[in-house]
Amino acid sequence: MQMILDGLREALRLLVTLDPEVVRIVVLSLKVSGTATLVALLIGLSGGVALAFLRFPGRNIVVAAVNTGMGVPPVVVGLFVSILLWRNGPLGMLELLYTPAAMIVAQVVIATPIVMGISLAALQALPEKLRWQAVGLGASRLQTVWILVREARLPLLAAVMAGFGGVISEIGASIMVGGNIKGYTRVLTTATVMETSRGNFEIAIGLGILLLLLTFAVNAALTRIQQRKRPR
Amino acid sequence: MNARRAEPASEGGSVPVLAADRLRVERGGATVLDVPSLSVHGGETLAVIGPNGAGKSTLLLALATILAPSAGSVLFRGMPVGSGEAALPYRRRIAVTFQEPLLFDGTVAWNAEAGLRLRNVPKAEAARRAGEMLGRLQVAHLSGRSARTLSGGEAQRVSLARAFAVDPDVLFLDEPFSALDPGSREGIVDDLEAALRESGATAVFVTHDRGEALRLGDRIAVMIGGRVAQVGTPDEVMNRPADGDVASFVGVETVLDASVVSADAGTFVARVASPGTAGPAPLVEAVGTCGVGDRVLLCIRPENVTLSPPGGSGTSARNAFPGVVSKVTPQGAVHRVVVDCGVPLSALVTTHAVADLGLLPGLPIVASFKATAIHAIRR
Repeated sequence: MQMILDGLREALRLLVTLDPEVVRIVVLSLKVSGTATLVALLIGLSGGVALAFLRFPGRNIVVAAVNTGMGVPPVVVGLFVSILLWRNGPLGMLELLYTPAAMIVAQVVIATPIVMGISLAALQALPEKLRWQAVGLGASRLQTVWILVREARLPLLAAVMAGFGGVISEIGASIMVGGNIKGYTRVLTTATVMETSRGNFEIAIGLGILLLLLTFAVNAALTRIQQRKRPR
Repeated sequence: MNARRAEPASEGGSVPVLAADRLRVERGGATVLDVPSLSVHGGETLAVIGPNGAGKSTLLLALATILAPSAGSVLFRGMPVGSGEAALPYRRRIAVTFQEPLLFDGTVAWNAEAGLRLRNVPKAEAARRAGEMLGRLQVAHLSGRSARTLSGGEAQRVSLARAFAVDPDVLFLDEPFSALDPGSREGIVDDLEAALRESGATAVFVTHDRGEALRLGDRIAVMIGGRVAQVGTPDEVMNRPADGDVASFVGVETVLDASVVSADAGTFVARVASPGTAGPAPLVEAVGTCGVGDRVLLCIRPENVTLSPPGGSGTSARNAFPGVVSKVTPQGAVHRVVVDCGVPLSALVTTHAVADLGLLPGLPIVASFKATAIHAIRR
């Protein structure tokens, strides 16, 4: 019991005094996962829009693949990205393994299906007649897509947050392709694992609290968005 | 209402603003819409009525090029409009509203400007025209409100303003009042009627409500089973239905199957086929040209049937049938009374008369109507 209380106290001290190592870890985590989420947004939203509005042979298979991708274990992603970036692997000449860039690549692979799947669901949840209404008001095909994406903007924001929530709390891929190098590729999750294994519970608890806060903020915002109603 | 705006006469006579040419829509192998030809003239409101599933909305979607037809084409001022993106220039000349207001997530003003913005009208001009239409539909005071906070009636007014704001050549209205409670409906019908008259727009108005069709329609098209069964002025459609289906939809409550037994110049007498009832089949005298032996459908509107006590001599009608009251249903200010005279006859009677005559099921009564009140459809 005493150990936990000491841990909490030390954790709060680290947070309040803005311990340089903790700050560095938090900043890198936000940078890596933020960048990955942005890239995933570009790819995922375009893909979601395409899947929602285009009908092509094999579309069902693509949708099934995206839905499967939403649940792929990060370690599996880590494995494949590691193989790709390995020194004598297909992309080895880029020398990206154990760099933040490698972590971004892995996290993009994890977040993209999440953003795409939720975007697709959000666009498909719009009433069919809303598309008729846009077309009936004189919208071109592009304008129609724009109107519908705009109508789904809140659920689309949810897609982005779900993607971010997925990668900020992910560990398997980050540790495999990033390597948890101090001051270079060490992020919240990998640091928490390491500090726990070393018995440095106070730092681990501090990092854990930060992760919890981030996750809570993301989910609170998500819940708010999901409670909003559409106009009549 | 008569045509509100004369179309500029073109060289070959008047070209309809909108026309359907051999328009057909198939769904899952079945033909759900089959309209060989239909024209809407400049400035007129064509009301499209019919029972549920008759293809009214499908016709509207096809005419507005929201739904691509399986065959045939839509003509705008005589020219085929194409489909999909090719129809965009046409779609920029029209506007569509639906039963649901389908407002976009934004302010009322933003919604009202939406159609104009899609047409790249400059912001200030769009705001001015949208504001004008919001005023015409009495919702200008809601401009700053979020569309999410509106009542059903307010939202439908904004939706109509959004459509009128683009100053459409053709306005398509798909059951715009069906989702509203009777209280807010009345005012909106008034305002729509005024807006239609002022704008001079040509309109296609889909409704299942005969009253609304009679009120707003310059002409009425009755759709039955995916085809246009009859197009005509309200008087033509209501009083001279083209067939039994139209008759039963437009509310000729009594449709009697009869065969002509004698015919004179302009009048005839027909014996009503009344299987399953005892007694001699009633003879009905009607106005019209028929030959002896013809089978006819006799349509009698309930408001033309009068009820009087037996033994009285207060009726000059040629057709008087003794019977008994079988059903009395209150309908607002009037009662619908069904009298069994060997065949069932429906009559609309004022509440006052119901009390006066003591109309209750089982009461003997005489139902009568004039020969001129009958519309005969030859089969």
